[in-house]
Amino acid sequence: MSKGILYDATVCIGCKLCEKACAERNGLPYDDAIASEEKQSEHKFTVVQTKGDKYMRHLCMNCEDPTCASVCPVGALRKTAEGPVTYSASRCIGCRYCMLACPFSVPKYEWNKTFPLVRKCDMCADRVTSGLQTACAEACPTGATKFGERGALIAEAKERLAQNPEQYFNHIYGLSEVGGTSVLLLSSVPFEDFGYKGDLSPEALPMLTYRVLLHIPDLVTIGGVALGGMWWLTNRKNAVAAVARRSESSKA
Amino acid sequence: MLKGKITFWRVVLALLLILGAYSTILRFLHGLGASTNLSDAFPWGLWIGFDVMCGVMLASGGFTLTAAVYIFNLKNFKPIVRPTILTAFLGYLLVVVALFFDLGRGYRIWHPLVMWNPRSVMFEVAWCVTLYTTVLSLEFSGAIFEHLKLTKLVRLQHSIVVPLVIAGVMLSTLHQSSLGSLYLIVPNKLHTFWYTPLLPVLFFLSAICVGIAMTIFESSMSARHFGKQLEMPLLRGLGRTLLVVLGVYTVVRFEDLIDRHVLHLVSKGGSEAGLFLLEMLLCSVAPMILLMIPRVRESANGLYLASVLCLLGFVTNRMNVAITGMEASAGQHYFPKWTEIVVTFAIVGFGFLVFALAVRYLPIFSHGTEPQSILQAEVGQDEVPELSNAAP
Repeated sequence: MSKGILYDATVCIGCKLCEKACAERNGLPYDDAIASEEKQSEHKFTVVQTKGDKYMRHLCMNCEDPTCASVCPVGALRKTAEGPVTYSASRCIGCRYCMLACPFSVPKYEWNKTFPLVRKCDMCADRVTSGLQTACAEACPTGATKFGERGALIAEAKERLAQNPEQYFNHIYGLSEVGGTSVLLLSSVPFEDFGYKGDLSPEALPMLTYRVLLHIPDLVTIGGVALGGMWWLTNRKNAVAAVARRSESSKA
Repeated sequence: MLKGKITFWRVVLALLLILGAYSTILRFLHGLGASTNLSDAFPWGLWIGFDVMCGVMLASGGFTLTAAVYIFNLKNFKPIVRPTILTAFLGYLLVVVALFFDLGRGYRIWHPLVMWNPRSVMFEVAWCVTLYTTVLSLEFSGAIFEHLKLTKLVRLQHSIVVPLVIAGVMLSTLHQSSLGSLYLIVPNKLHTFWYTPLLPVLFFLSAICVGIAMTIFESSMSARHFGKQLEMPLLRGLGRTLLVVLGVYTVVRFEDLIDRHVLHLVSKGGSEAGLFLLEMLLCSVAPMILLMIPRVRESANGLYLASVLCLLGFVTNRMNVAITGMEASAGQHYFPKWTEIVVTFAIVGFGFLVFALAVRYLPIFSHGTEPQSILQAEVGQDEVPELSNAAP
């Protein structure tokens, strides 16, 4: 069964311990200056955004059918059976199509390196495959970030919404966005307030392009035959005309 | 024409190449951050929008003209096949050069050939561009074999021209349209003026328009610089064809805009609306009106003007899709850094230089015009074909 993360903003106290744990797990620097940055970047994979007394986490949504994995020309990005969307640095050619295509604009780039890589949260793939929970979930003191089976987390999120409807904005973000994501969000305010897109289709995006690519075999077969046939026709017409011309001239 | 004199354009070219070399050092020493205005919010800029998108589009003369001559047997266009193939071949090579600048790890450019992801449009484009560049090199190899007087290879090359042309047309159809398909994946990011399921169709149709317009444009340029050009009846034929294909493009484009109810957004203003109108004026309305006037269609200068407008229009279209249309969703304005612009111009300038050298040393323009050229003498272009089974 695939794993997931449920982040409930109403339980979050904005302590940013998840940020710190994430930095440690990924070998990234972390200090007060970085803690105050509210944007995901190549050195900060998860961010706790603060607006008054409201908080919201940003991290890779680890989509069920990830757009990044579908667009990557070398298959560097992959969805694992356990849920995490992983990145293979040794495959990446640096085309940045994943950055362009990601509906959540999650993948970030090492702009200042000569040979840059794409960086993003991979839902602690190594920990998750060995049966551990993600570093952020482990570090969370309030249970705002909870790791578990995605199906069980969805059931729990629904229950929270049903039990305290007045406390929540009535939506589980990630349940159906772009076909569903491993990361699920609950909040007391609309997700748009924290920069989450509200207009994402419930259909996964990869079919938008794959549908077109599926026409290629037909196009090649029909096109090849049509072009070859056209060439044969025009060529034959000329050949016949030449024979006609020759027999004309031999008669005369 | 390359020896001796210092001319204005040579000085410009030299300056460009020097600045280009400096920018290249910046790019490869300090990375994309230092040499471009790209960012996490705006990961694709001028090098993709112009050098790759427009580069591939402007090289589409190669497949349109070879199809016309070899498949549809319009032999009158033969004299310009070589220069057009050369431009296309150089165009694709320069696209690859630009990719080395833009890719974070250009030395892995071959990875898509061995690490497959058939669900990726980019994977398909990578394969098509690789194969098509190979096809173009084989199509062009005839000129080199002739120059070196390798008669056997000339004959061999000639015998595979038709399959090559068919492969070239197929591959071009696929990747010209796929450059549009690349953007099908960003329904929430590309501005509604340009995001449509018809992107691949529109990119393909416009590639044909550009292929024809480029042929007219190149003929005028080579008339000016090399004293060779198409005869008027052929140019007029190209003009008429361009009008028809532009008409098809315009109908499909407007149908799509009307179907998606976006035309009224033009009245809301904004930079998108302005650039959209400019694009439509240049790529469709203005050249079509010009080409509908017989006096314009009958004159070399009129055709030149119409083709230049058309080219500018479709360049605007590609830039709108790749840059303008992505700005609003990115939440930031993008304008290329001087290094990006210099590299782009230097690559184009380098292309002109190589073209001039090739024309000087290889049988580019003489092909198909002089009856004594090796190909025709040996293989007999105008000879009567095999008769054994031709009689009805």
